[in-house]
Amino acid sequence: MKHTIAILVEDQPGVMARVASLFTRRGFNIESIAVGHSEKAGISRMTIITSGDEKVLEQVTKQLNKLIDVIRVRDISPRNVIERELILVKVHTDSLSIRAEIIQLVEIFKAKVVYVERDTLTIEMSGDEEKVSGLLELIKPFGIIEIVRTGRIAIARTKNNGQRT
Amino acid sequence: MELSGTEIIVESLKQEKVKVIFGIIGAAIMPLYDTFGKTKKLPFENILTRHEQGAIHAADGYARATGEVGVCIATSGPGATNLVTGLANAYLDSVPLVAFTGQVPTYMVGNDAFQEVDITGITLPITKNNYIARRVEDLASIIKEAFYIARSGRPGPVLIDLPKDVQQAKCQFKYPDKINRKGYKPSCKGHIRQIKAAAKKIMEAEKPVIIAGGGIINANASEELQKVALKTNIPVINTFMGLGSFPKNHPLYLGMLGMYGQYTANRTISSADLIIALGTRFDDRITGNLNQFCPHAEVIHIDIDPAEIGKNVAVKIPIVGDLKHILHQLNDYLDERKNSSWLAEIKKIREKITPQLEEEKGELRPKYIIKCINEFFKGEAIIVTDVGQHQMWAANYCQFMHPRTFISSGGLGTMGYGFPAAIGAKFGCPKKPVVCISGDGSFQMNIQELATAIYNRLPIIVVLMNNGYLGMVRQLQELFCDRRYVSTSLAGSPDFIKIVEGYGGVGFRVNKKEEFYPILEKAYGMNQFVLIDCQIPQEENTFPMVQPGSSINKMMGVEQS
Repeated sequence: MKHTIAILVEDQPGVMARVASLFTRRGFNIESIAVGHSEKAGISRMTIITSGDEKVLEQVTKQLNKLIDVIRVRDISPRNVIERELILVKVHTDSLSIRAEIIQLVEIFKAKVVYVERDTLTIEMSGDEEKVSGLLELIKPFGIIEIVRTGRIAIARTKNNGQRT
Repeated sequence: MELSGTEIIVESLKQEKVKVIFGIIGAAIMPLYDTFGKTKKLPFENILTRHEQGAIHAADGYARATGEVGVCIATSGPGATNLVTGLANAYLDSVPLVAFTGQVPTYMVGNDAFQEVDITGITLPITKNNYIARRVEDLASIIKEAFYIARSGRPGPVLIDLPKDVQQAKCQFKYPDKINRKGYKPSCKGHIRQIKAAAKKIMEAEKPVIIAGGGIINANASEELQKVALKTNIPVINTFMGLGSFPKNHPLYLGMLGMYGQYTANRTISSADLIIALGTRFDDRITGNLNQFCPHAEVIHIDIDPAEIGKNVAVKIPIVGDLKHILHQLNDYLDERKNSSWLAEIKKIREKITPQLEEEKGELRPKYIIKCINEFFKGEAIIVTDVGQHQMWAANYCQFMHPRTFISSGGLGTMGYGFPAAIGAKFGCPKKPVVCISGDGSFQMNIQELATAIYNRLPIIVVLMNNGYLGMVRQLQELFCDRRYVSTSLAGSPDFIKIVEGYGGVGFRVNKKEEFYPILEKAYGMNQFVLIDCQIPQEENTFPMVQPGSSINKMMGVEQS
């Protein structure tokens, strides 16, 4: 099962390496990891998407809590959170008709064209996993040149909701 | 007043009441040692070992013998990497250490400079925390934090990397009074509702057993453990790391648990209906096959580290916190009980075992050697061991009466640990006799520390169980590889007496049983470093044992009637 793990850490050099090494040692694949400053100075927030055996994940969570730089770890259940990911994708546009077709898709998905060349389009989109993979699936046949994704970030819907410690 | 980085270190070590440091100098750590030289009254002893591994094991032995934080120092590069085994050893056995390493100047870090390694990267998974002091202004608070983290909660090793320019830079010094890390608040008090629930469970159980682990020793909770056990008449089993936490001659004591543990302990645990696990992590060496471990028992697990609860064994009542505190509280909720029928059942298990045959006359065997050590020191010596068969003989047969009298590498199983650890223990407890029980394999892994022991006139007695083999593995080859003794013969070993004499020490060789006790007596009387080379049978085995992967209930080498 997929898990979204939200970690508050002190902004110290090496904290990413410490967190990542706990996952790799136990054979957990980190699907995505997103890090940025939180609302408090000196504290960053990581959002890690991973999947694996529940018992091992519980152990990873406990070990994360033991790291000195880690302030809080939450395994947040997907039902109660808002998840988003930002992607940039460059796609082939061999002809005007293809370009028009892609632009139409972009509009349907409420995405944005951010750069145009004679034979490429660069699209920006944010959304949850379903929306992101939906658009990618549809433009794949035109020939994707490059994709860049930020990895997912997540926030609980309500003040105290959506968390399993 | 402005102090240099190295003066700050000396001042901070003084504030932390450090009494001795073990280390080896090198280019990148020279400024620190130079400050030692300039300081008029150095507040601690500075001991030069002959290898950085010796330094860190000595600091480790010192910490285990005294309960205080051990300190070691190494230079950058190879000096730092030589600490790696010692850090892992201390990490697995939860030993409080602070290790300082020299580093190339900050402006060269990352350039693959001479003797540069990323030691904080290398030691990341084997330290409780580590630091690279990039600014001299941060140094005092880093040291304060390092000592606090090393000794509080579940103890462990902490490393501080010291770039050379930071050692030399100056700033105002003020040692912080306290630290405040949002992510580090070790819990101390146990949850009172859980403690009450545990007390109720203990009073209801028919076949309760206590497993006392290394956590009891770390928490200095032996007294509280004894109060609980005596009040409720619950039998006590030790893990390897817990040896010494309960007096071995007590009728409630059942011995050591696990792969090379005692049959009574392993059998008792297998029929128990309640296990009270105190400061133990249910390591695979004590549980054997997890699926067959304690099939009838519910578990109360008390530990300072929440990550240990439920890691290997399902737990009915978990309590997280300091054992001394929790056991003291628990005792208040317990009533006296007799446990007569359960104790009678255990007595029957005990009686079923045929006592091992008396040793043949004249032959010097390990059990007899340890019997002599017991008779002579009566449990009042600090026993330090290396790793292998001799370690298991010592663990099973030595008469431990007090906590911190058994010092041995448990989790990592580090050969070469014992001798330098004995040096550290002797520095920590100069008034107590220190006996290092070692093997001819282990001893050669840090034999260079003979210089440290003899030069510093440490009256340590090394009892070398010399069987010409890496005996523990040889035994496994005998049992499971049809006696193909590949790479286990130690043919080519030196004459240990001559080696010791070469360093200026004294050595005796013992071939016959009747020679051992008088030599031990004589060695102790000499009040100086003595090695006793005991020629034991080459194919002596450590029995009983549990086959790896099997249930701890099934032991080889034990006869039942």
